[in-house]
Amino acid sequence: MFSTIRHWLDERFDWDGLMAPLRHKTVPSHRLSYWYFLGGITLFLFGIQVVTGILLLLYYRPGANEAFESVQYIMTRVRFGWLIRSIHSWSANLMIFTAFAHMFSVLLLKAYRKPRELTWVSGVILLFLVMGFGFSGYLLPWNTLAFFATKVGTEITGQVPILGKPMMIFLRGGEEVTGATLTRFFGFHVAVLPGLATVLLLLHLLLVQRLGISVPPKLEVQWTANPSAKREMRFFPNFLLREMMAWYVALGVLGALAAVFPWNLGVKADPFVSAPAGIKPEWYFLFMFQTLKLIPSRVWFIDGEVLGVLAFGLVGWLWVLLPFFESDQPSRMKGWITGLSVLALAYVAGMSVYGHLAK
Amino acid sequence: MNRRQLSQPELMRRRVIGVFLGSGLLASFASFIYPVLRYLVPPAVADLGGDEVVAAKLSELKPNSGKIFRFGSRPGLLIMNGDGTYRALSATCTHLGCTVQYRNDLREVWCACHNGIYDLNGRNVSGPPPRPLDVFDVHLRGDEIVVSRKREA
Repeated sequence: MFSTIRHWLDERFDWDGLMAPLRHKTVPSHRLSYWYFLGGITLFLFGIQVVTGILLLLYYRPGANEAFESVQYIMTRVRFGWLIRSIHSWSANLMIFTAFAHMFSVLLLKAYRKPRELTWVSGVILLFLVMGFGFSGYLLPWNTLAFFATKVGTEITGQVPILGKPMMIFLRGGEEVTGATLTRFFGFHVAVLPGLATVLLLLHLLLVQRLGISVPPKLEVQWTANPSAKREMRFFPNFLLREMMAWYVALGVLGALAAVFPWNLGVKADPFVSAPAGIKPEWYFLFMFQTLKLIPSRVWFIDGEVLGVLAFGLVGWLWVLLPFFESDQPSRMKGWITGLSVLALAYVAGMSVYGHLAK
Repeated sequence: MNRRQLSQPELMRRRVIGVFLGSGLLASFASFIYPVLRYLVPPAVADLGGDEVVAAKLSELKPNSGKIFRFGSRPGLLIMNGDGTYRALSATCTHLGCTVQYRNDLREVWCACHNGIYDLNGRNVSGPPPRPLDVFDVHLRGDEIVVSRKREA
């Protein structure tokens, strides 16, 4: 039966030819191979987001008068609604974490080098999109925390010189954060971002498939000198089965977190109450939030906020273009990008912890 | 890779382990699918308003006229007869669920969708409706007209 279908497809589309690259694909096998799982886990969590997101859409209603109530309805009345929503929230957070971990592993294993510059670029843009998903999705339950997080977040956008104000109004759908903002964010979250992410994701995967998997430079030198030392694993089924085991574990962790620590709904947003004390953004924005808090209100002749926003913008652009700064010369390969990435990692981690502990 | 021919007990052991792993996996997949299937079925909507509703004020209706009122999540039809008595029926046509109306020219209840006609007791007298409309009880309380479901006898 199975082979009949396969034969049918093969006759028409050269199925075996299409699948051949997958069969010949290999994954380098060495002591750091475990880091290769992170991208796949992120992809898996993205899949979970798509599935649970579609499920939530069956009951969610955007709009200032309905959003909170509909999420409440999902969590209290719909069977297993609490679980689905909790998994969506937890998986979002885990996905951002694994995406960051994937990025830093790529940095430290130097996988962004020629010829994989565009894989890096598409990956970093995907990371930004994922953070956009986080930011827009956070508002959708329309609770107090989300309301103020969005107020602050969009206000920060407004700090950008010249373009900031129109951008803020575009994001908010007006001067203030209102139901119009919620409708927009809903559109971004369920239509615009998924569309962009799908295209970029396909490109990213296509590049990975086309270019194969990178080997750390030191090992690459060894393997080139002594090809018999080269160790590889077939992608299908050997690596994929291992990857699927990692997915299964991720699913277990996710289920446990969602069931044991179900996500709170909080209090319905009210534009006419003051912000609660100790309000903070989600953890993945904390390092930026804390930096902005630390910059003095005026540096030389520039407003502190403006300076911070511009600096993050600049760093973001440099980050996207990072592979293009690495020299081709093997003698200078050791070097500053690794140092910089360790520094960046320490900065992000340190500032996040600081932001978490700070009053 | 060189493959050794496995002996019979070894093959058996493999099969046992395979069955255990496989059934464990299947059971866990069932535990993922089950919540999703339950989630897909919408919860029963509680019929808001219970068994009784204020359908209208006394002054609202003229003799020989009707009014649609909200009874829980469905519409009801309140009719004031020519003699000043009231009558309340379900307004959902038993044919395909349209909302019926009172025709003061016919002194009957009419469904505009497929020309179904009921008499004032809710009986389906012509057209496609297969069953009569539910009849509700009507009481007067002060200046309010209260409609309630008929108690099951």
